[in-house]
Amino acid sequence: MVSYHLNTLTQLRAGLDSRAFSARELTVHFLNRIAVHDGALNSFITQTPEQALQAADLADKRLAAGESGSLLGIPYAHKDIFCTAGVRTTCASKMLGNWVAPYDATVHHKLNAAGAVLLGKTNMDEFAMGSSNENSAFGAVKNPWDHAAVPGGSSGGSAAAVAARLVPIATGTDTGGSIRQPAAYCGITGIKPTYGRVSRFGMIAYASSLDQGGVLGVSAADCAVMLQVMAGHDARDSTSAPVPVPDYAAQLAQPMAGLRIGVPRQWFTQGLAVSVAARIDDALLELEALGATRVAIDLPDAALALAAYYLIAPAEASSNLSRFDGVRFGHRCDHPRDLNDLYERSRSEGFGAEVQRRILIGTYALSAGYYDAFYVRAQRARRQIAAHFAAAFAHCDVIAGPVAPTVAFDLGAHSADPATMYLEDIYTIPVNLAGLPGMSIPVGFAGGRPVGMQLIGPAFSESRLLAVAHQYQQHTDWHQHMPAAYREDVL
Amino acid sequence: MSLNAMQLKHVAHLSRIALDEAKIPALLHDLNAILAFAEQLQDPKLDALTPMAHPLDQSQPLRADEVTEENNRTALQQGAPAVERGLFLVPKVIE
Repeated sequence: MVSYHLNTLTQLRAGLDSRAFSARELTVHFLNRIAVHDGALNSFITQTPEQALQAADLADKRLAAGESGSLLGIPYAHKDIFCTAGVRTTCASKMLGNWVAPYDATVHHKLNAAGAVLLGKTNMDEFAMGSSNENSAFGAVKNPWDHAAVPGGSSGGSAAAVAARLVPIATGTDTGGSIRQPAAYCGITGIKPTYGRVSRFGMIAYASSLDQGGVLGVSAADCAVMLQVMAGHDARDSTSAPVPVPDYAAQLAQPMAGLRIGVPRQWFTQGLAVSVAARIDDALLELEALGATRVAIDLPDAALALAAYYLIAPAEASSNLSRFDGVRFGHRCDHPRDLNDLYERSRSEGFGAEVQRRILIGTYALSAGYYDAFYVRAQRARRQIAAHFAAAFAHCDVIAGPVAPTVAFDLGAHSADPATMYLEDIYTIPVNLAGLPGMSIPVGFAGGRPVGMQLIGPAFSESRLLAVAHQYQQHTDWHQHMPAAYREDVL
Repeated sequence: MSLNAMQLKHVAHLSRIALDEAKIPALLHDLNAILAFAEQLQDPKLDALTPMAHPLDQSQPLRADEVTEENNRTALQQGAPAVERGLFLVPKVIE
């Protein structure tokens, strides 16, 4: 038995290219891991073993024909927000419980063309609204480090699946922290690229001016490989950025000497757990030892950012989710009395409580008489937050800080109080408002649960962020730690 | 700027979401806790700032007005709850 799940993507690539093992063997190995472990974790909504084996056989044929490619024959999972023709896409909602998209998301199209092997679609907070993965019509996901803890959200299924090595790598999306926070809680590496870097076509919309697709993997080097395939301009997404994509893997070795790391004064004050702050300080010392210098910077107005986000995101969501009308697709209530009854009952039956709250807030913020006081004010605040980042980047190359105020909290800890749950996102939300790239990398543990450090860069500086994370991971082994219960091979 | 029950019912109607009367007090409590964040936005320092709609201030690209999509009505209607002869079925709208 070969423990493929302990290998990096680079090692798996080398093994496939040298025929040490086949894509089918690799796929079977990970499918077996899913079959054994996912009953307890609930990280997948849909598993696709038959399609996976077909895709693996096709990859083996392409390999035998002399083809190569960074992801050819590599298994992965999609957050269940990316449309996949022929495989249902639920967004973890009863509304789309059995919906099969008639087309592929651009991200899926690219990964398919690259020969990557889809093993299934991962669990998430419904329509990506949540920070704990407890808002799923398909049940909560457990954190592989501690089954009493949440995996974070909204890409909680992808994070848990990667942390337990049920897949080598997975896609995610990040509107207010939904890649970085679950990556931090599960002790893995996640990257949310610059707004517009990865196509949103076929990625079910939550808040269109904030949503961005990205990667959750074991290491920065692995994430670089996957992001390379996903990134790039797409004419089918009008907000896609027409900016060339650098060779991320080739730039991982960028030197750290002279790198100025900005540390926001305001993020290390009250509200941040002391144990989390200590692990981040350790990581900063490590980066300094590698030649970087620490610069104190200011990122004020965190509370303002939170206020702006929790109006802008629901406002956009209320508009995006108006398409779910019980007529054109998705859930329809039984025996509607009239058209209005059909709309109202289909939507209140199909959407979960958090989605309904956000639709109501968003509708209110956009309604006559409140639009200027809420929505336009929030957009002004957004300008303020972006200006703070621009000012900070005059003094530093990257920003480092916490991803979340604490390590993963217990299942059920915040579910009774949505406003408290929102405070989880205080360090991640400003990055989305400004459209910047951000990462989370594992930097140790507190109370047995992983701690993540956030890295933030100017727009389109993904290669710099990946390089900083990679250099750190060359000198530390936090990213190689995995929960003991998932280390062994399954029979 | 908090919501009362009457405003909530109006917003729910605009949202086309059926409200369960019994759940209105709890819902109001949750929504008003969220709206309390918005007090921050009244800060006068924001008055002079231009509202930001796109994080990179990109404008909408234009393209030639050409037909790029084929008619794939049958495939698109596969996920609809009720379809007949290529038409979406809804309850009778006009008496």
